[in-house]
Amino acid sequence: MEYALCMVLIAVGLYGAVVKKNVVKIVISLVIIEFGINALLVLIGYRAAGCAPVLNPGMTVATFTAGAVDPLPQAMVMTAIVINLGLLILMVALCIRLYERFGTFDITEMRRLKG
Amino acid sequence: MSSLLPLFIAVPLGAAFFIPLVSLALKRVPDLLANAVMLALAALACLAIGQTGEYVPGGWGAHLGAALRLDGLTVLMLIIINTIGLAMAIFSVQYMTRYTSKLRYYSIFLCMVAGLNGIALTGDLFSLYIFMEIVAISSYALVAFGCEHDELEAAFKYAVLGTVASAFILIGIALLYAMLGTLNMVEAAARIAAGGINRPLTMALGLFICGFGLKAALVPFHAWLPDAHPSAPAPVSAILSGVVIKTAGIYVLARLVFNVFSIQLVPDMLLILRTLGLVSMVAGGILSLGQWDMKRLLAYSSISQIGYIVVGLGLGTPLGLVGALFHMLNHSVFKSLLFLNAGAVEYATGSRDLKSLGGLWRNMPFTANISLVGSMSISGIPPFNGFWSKLIIVLACLESGHPWLALAAVAMSLATLAALLKMQKHAFYNDHKPASALAAEVPFLMRAAMILLAVLCVLIALLVLAGFRNPYLIGPAADALRAWGGAG
Repeated sequence: MEYALCMVLIAVGLYGAVVKKNVVKIVISLVIIEFGINALLVLIGYRAAGCAPVLNPGMTVATFTAGAVDPLPQAMVMTAIVINLGLLILMVALCIRLYERFGTFDITEMRRLKG
Repeated sequence: MSSLLPLFIAVPLGAAFFIPLVSLALKRVPDLLANAVMLALAALACLAIGQTGEYVPGGWGAHLGAALRLDGLTVLMLIIINTIGLAMAIFSVQYMTRYTSKLRYYSIFLCMVAGLNGIALTGDLFSLYIFMEIVAISSYALVAFGCEHDELEAAFKYAVLGTVASAFILIGIALLYAMLGTLNMVEAAARIAAGGINRPLTMALGLFICGFGLKAALVPFHAWLPDAHPSAPAPVSAILSGVVIKTAGIYVLARLVFNVFSIQLVPDMLLILRTLGLVSMVAGGILSLGQWDMKRLLAYSSISQIGYIVVGLGLGTPLGLVGALFHMLNHSVFKSLLFLNAGAVEYATGSRDLKSLGGLWRNMPFTANISLVGSMSISGIPPFNGFWSKLIIVLACLESGHPWLALAAVAMSLATLAALLKMQKHAFYNDHKPASALAAEVPFLMRAAMILLAVLCVLIALLVLAGFRNPYLIGPAADALRAWGGAG
């Protein structure tokens, strides 16, 4: 069920990226895709009723592995968030420059190049 | 050698950080530092020839630490990245004076080189994603570097499609981790070999094909390339077309398909690769014929040549792999050379529109002759390197019983020749059009970079002296593709 919700979030982002004409909305759609993937990654490391993956004093490795959720996807999500932040800043900067040049946010009016 | 591996990533990243700092005081430092770094990296890559090794940072062992691995294929990629990068750095010294901020350019450029080296070296799937994003973000920034209408539009298109591709790849990595419980490529390969393929793994493979196919600009996913590559400054177009689509696209795709998922477990993969390759080869070749923008013509021809490489990989035979990897090395050299020629023409005349250019061989004899070397290499005229790799691919097609693929490869070679002859004629030789009187030969360092690549075009052809089956440098790389994992 939760996995399906992540996929729905990713699909919503993809839909927005394909259909929307406003460049800022496209950027927001891309961010939604990334959030969907981050949620999926956290979900992969989740275990029902697991504890935080911190090795407290007095805790043996055996109880840790028996009780804690998988810490690796969480580390991956942290990294992915930082990468997405860099990407978001670059894309928003591009949007501002596009607005300066074309005087519009509408992508259908920026058609100087033919694919 | 193993302990030197992190230098390939650390040195360019460090230089990217220091260039803006030191150049506030000293104006010539960015040029010198960037060239020195690229020269050192190219030398280091040559030192790595014939070696293998593994570097595991931290004390956690290879299965937890993000290991760096060196094998034959990695050596080939490192040589491609750093040699072409050196030529680009030399070319940039004088070419980039047209743009405003050289130090920012070098900074982003070196970040990109660090990311490319990281992709080639890493043995860990998530590190692979990180390095890929470093390359992607720096290349979006470099495509937008001119900040004019075309550049911004192309960069936005490239960024949107590239982000979607990265998202697919990350979902694929997440699925792989969920199924196998490891991110290390060698362990993942062993676990796939032990447990076989199931549906989520097949889905991950499909996502990888879409994601890396988009990064490599295979034909259904190619729409961004003819806009993005011509819009960038010439050295950046050259490294995007010559190195980035191969490292971030083809290399990783080959690594995942052949090493991590072994090809015996998913035999249909070869058919998919052959189909994608054939479509790219034909569509790119035909579309390049109709272009009048010099760099756009070259960009479409890149799609066609990428098709050759993927067809070679899709044959799956030892000879096919040798041909594909050899063509990858060759294409990186001659396509970079041709993009530098286009950059030189643009530098001298301010235009790259073939309809308005003409007769440049009188003003720029050097560039015209060097461009002829590049054109003959890419079209497969015998003494040059492009002939040998195309010959090997065609022979491999025939050997593995695909005569129609061989025929298509030969026909598209002719289309490439026609497109490049059109470029030669309209840019350099057409005497009916008046040559631009102001155009003069480009400065020395730009010519030096072109000479370096033209000499490589001739020298690389000598690699086949060791035989078609196992040429020097390429043979070990092809062996590496079949060495580990389930194929073992």
